[in-house]
Amino acid sequence: MTRQDAPQIAAGRLPAGEIEQNFSDLHPAYDGHEAAVAADRCYFCYDAPCVTACPTEIDIPLFIRQIATGQPDAAARTIFEQNILGGMCARVCPTETLCEEACVREAAEGKPVEIGRLQRHATDGLMARPEHPFARAAETGKRIAVVGAGPAGLACAHRLAMHGHSVTLYEAREKAGGLNEFGIAAYKTTDDFAARELDWLLGIGGITLECGKALGRDLDLGALREGFDAVFLGIGLGGVNALGIDVGERSGVEDAVRFIAELRQSDDLAALPVGRHVVVIGGGMTAIDAAVQSKLLGAEFVTVAYRREKAKMAASGFEQDLATSKGVQILTNVMPVAIHGNGAVREVELEYTAEVDGRLTGTGETLRLPADQVFRAIGQVLESDLGFELSGGKIAVSGAGRTSVDGVWAGGDCTPGEDLTVVAVAEGRDAAEDIHATLMA
Amino acid sequence: MADLTTDFIGITSPNPFWLASAPPTDKEYNVRRAFDAGWGGVVWKTLGAEGPPIVNVNGPRYGVVYGADRQVLGINNIELITDRPLETNLEEMARVKADYPDRALIASIMVPCEEAAWKAILPRVAETGADGIELNFGCPHGMSERGMGSAVGQVPEYIEMVTRWCKEYYDAPVIVKLTPNITDIRYPARAAKNGGADAVSLINTISSITSVNLDTFSPEPSIDGKGSHGGYCGPAVKPIALNMVAEIARDPETAGLPISGIGGVTTWRDAAEFISLGAGNVQVCTAAMTYGFRIVEEMKRGLSEWMDTQGYTSVSQVVGRAVPNVTDWQYLNLNYVTKARIDQEACIKCGRCYAACEDTSHQAIEIKPGRVFEVIDEECVACNLCVDVCPVEDCITMERLPEGAVDPRTGKVVSDEYANWTMHPNNPMAKAAE
Repeated sequence: MTRQDAPQIAAGRLPAGEIEQNFSDLHPAYDGHEAAVAADRCYFCYDAPCVTACPTEIDIPLFIRQIATGQPDAAARTIFEQNILGGMCARVCPTETLCEEACVREAAEGKPVEIGRLQRHATDGLMARPEHPFARAAETGKRIAVVGAGPAGLACAHRLAMHGHSVTLYEAREKAGGLNEFGIAAYKTTDDFAARELDWLLGIGGITLECGKALGRDLDLGALREGFDAVFLGIGLGGVNALGIDVGERSGVEDAVRFIAELRQSDDLAALPVGRHVVVIGGGMTAIDAAVQSKLLGAEFVTVAYRREKAKMAASGFEQDLATSKGVQILTNVMPVAIHGNGAVREVELEYTAEVDGRLTGTGETLRLPADQVFRAIGQVLESDLGFELSGGKIAVSGAGRTSVDGVWAGGDCTPGEDLTVVAVAEGRDAAEDIHATLMA
Repeated sequence: MADLTTDFIGITSPNPFWLASAPPTDKEYNVRRAFDAGWGGVVWKTLGAEGPPIVNVNGPRYGVVYGADRQVLGINNIELITDRPLETNLEEMARVKADYPDRALIASIMVPCEEAAWKAILPRVAETGADGIELNFGCPHGMSERGMGSAVGQVPEYIEMVTRWCKEYYDAPVIVKLTPNITDIRYPARAAKNGGADAVSLINTISSITSVNLDTFSPEPSIDGKGSHGGYCGPAVKPIALNMVAEIARDPETAGLPISGIGGVTTWRDAAEFISLGAGNVQVCTAAMTYGFRIVEEMKRGLSEWMDTQGYTSVSQVVGRAVPNVTDWQYLNLNYVTKARIDQEACIKCGRCYAACEDTSHQAIEIKPGRVFEVIDEECVACNLCVDVCPVEDCITMERLPEGAVDPRTGKVVSDEYANWTMHPNNPMAKAAE
């Protein structure tokens, strides 16, 4: 029985050592022999489906063969040529729905080549070397503003710098990295990897990072267009969708992204408070990340409540299984209809749903879940209205990230397309190539 | 359980698995362990002439070629013949043979190519009670520089001469071990037979450099920065050995000459293949060096199991069964027309068949939408490369066109009559039909 006098949202629910263990690397790095054995499983497919499935189109069979032939550094260069954040992507990509799902060995035996872990093996090795693997082309004299130092902005800035352009990289927060630094479950990117990767990436040179500069607050798009030869926006989605129900003044109802950001920035997870009964509303990666991490911090009962059926969850099957394996309950076909509690949240009331002719409707039956912490994870939205033509609430783009405003490109979560690190990298990179081609024409 | 008892040139052993003359059979301790583990026979590590013992290098003796997951595909060695005193070896052999009377114990011998040297050692070997001798005309490294081993095995006249001496001065069976480091294995085999050999054993190891260290540019195994070619053995050499065994088995001049098959025997299946190509038994080394003596248990059980399922009750019933099917290219049936067939249910869509065919073969596979790979019969020459590179067993098979069908590639009607190159109109040497 829960002791009623116990603080409902409290730190140190588990011994520090156990928390540390819980947040250790989800997929520990391969050693050399493990990598060789894993690499040997690759069939070097013709027009390989894994490459087609990779948003950055890394030449996966080639880099795996380079590992197999004893040159992991060369393998890493093959990866970074396409995806400069290949180190982070090796950790956070939902490979089970991308390259590894496409792997023919998945079809053959339900056990794909472990492409993500092989990529990590290669990239970790090269990133540990003191020198940056790429050299800048001769200075072009062109200046480009990149707004947002998340995956899209970083990929764009790096590619532009490589081509010899001067990049000023603006970041709204006091720390660069975007969701690599503030989002994503901690056990996927341990040992301050996002910050280390950022430093390593900036090693190309030609990129000036300015933190604490937000578009619309500190920066004006018109002035940027005036002052630079081109502008790239990788500003992400700053807003969080509301629950659509009255939460009132009750404490304990929070945005999952804020919880994750706080967790990622915490030096001492044992000092991070978490509820005893946690309910996460949503069905995407953010919902899973928040739920699993709550459990790992010591929350006793964690439920992900998703309004549609399991198969429609944006979180992959692997992520769902990970959550349930950690003791998270996934409740589907339920939607929140009320939050109960006096001052602090005590219960979430959910109504069962049914899909009739593609439309979701409540069945009228409800249940109440005890909850002293409720996380909203029902999607994020573009915050600022900058006067762009929009598409589905995001900045509309054509070609390689061209916005409706001349001289302004955009990519990453603020533009249409899947909200994945690897997609953001591809968009940033491709926009950089387009900017380069445009400026040098 | 099939009875594996084997009679090889009058030497019986409880099974056809002998350990080859090599490091595993260097001394009493190892051989006792081998017999305890169940090996049917042992060819003792090669004895040299009386006198100061042979000296080995004090650095690495072995180099290796790996497959996936450090699987040992081949080992080469630069170890010489026994480096222990002759007397010690002879005493140990006598003791072991006395304690294991049902096992075959063969003495391998390599002494200078002089009659006196052979005349001197043979009576001493005979005293041990060994079941026979094997003449080491095979080792390609070290001893060959001194005019022994493969230096003898590469000169058929020497083989015949030494074999003759041995038959003169020794009463028990004489096996001649052949080197594969020659151009045509039939000549040394014939020489052995002409010299009176009771059997040949083959193959000895193949001259080889397993790898080069790209930091020091020394061949491996490296002795203080230098390397010398070694003798290569293990699974990698099996196909070469099978062919040489078959060549001797089907050569009219040597047909019927007993053969002890050696070269990469690792499983019961390897043994069965050697035996079907004419070997009366097999000798094993690398598999034992890789896995230890206990590996023989799988070989024995496996061979017995297979014989049971096939209805064979003795090894001798299998010996040479495949030999009649080994022929010359010119006698292969040119009216045997096949086409590759891809089982779409089994296909995992890797496209290796396509890459192989498109880039290196006959452009006979097309990709249809959805990565569906299909054979173009008009182009397929039935080369089998797609079958070989396909990672899925039985996904691609070769299907014979029935009589009367038209081969879309040649436009010709398929006949079920046997017709080979010697009868083909394109062959200027073809005999006119009578």
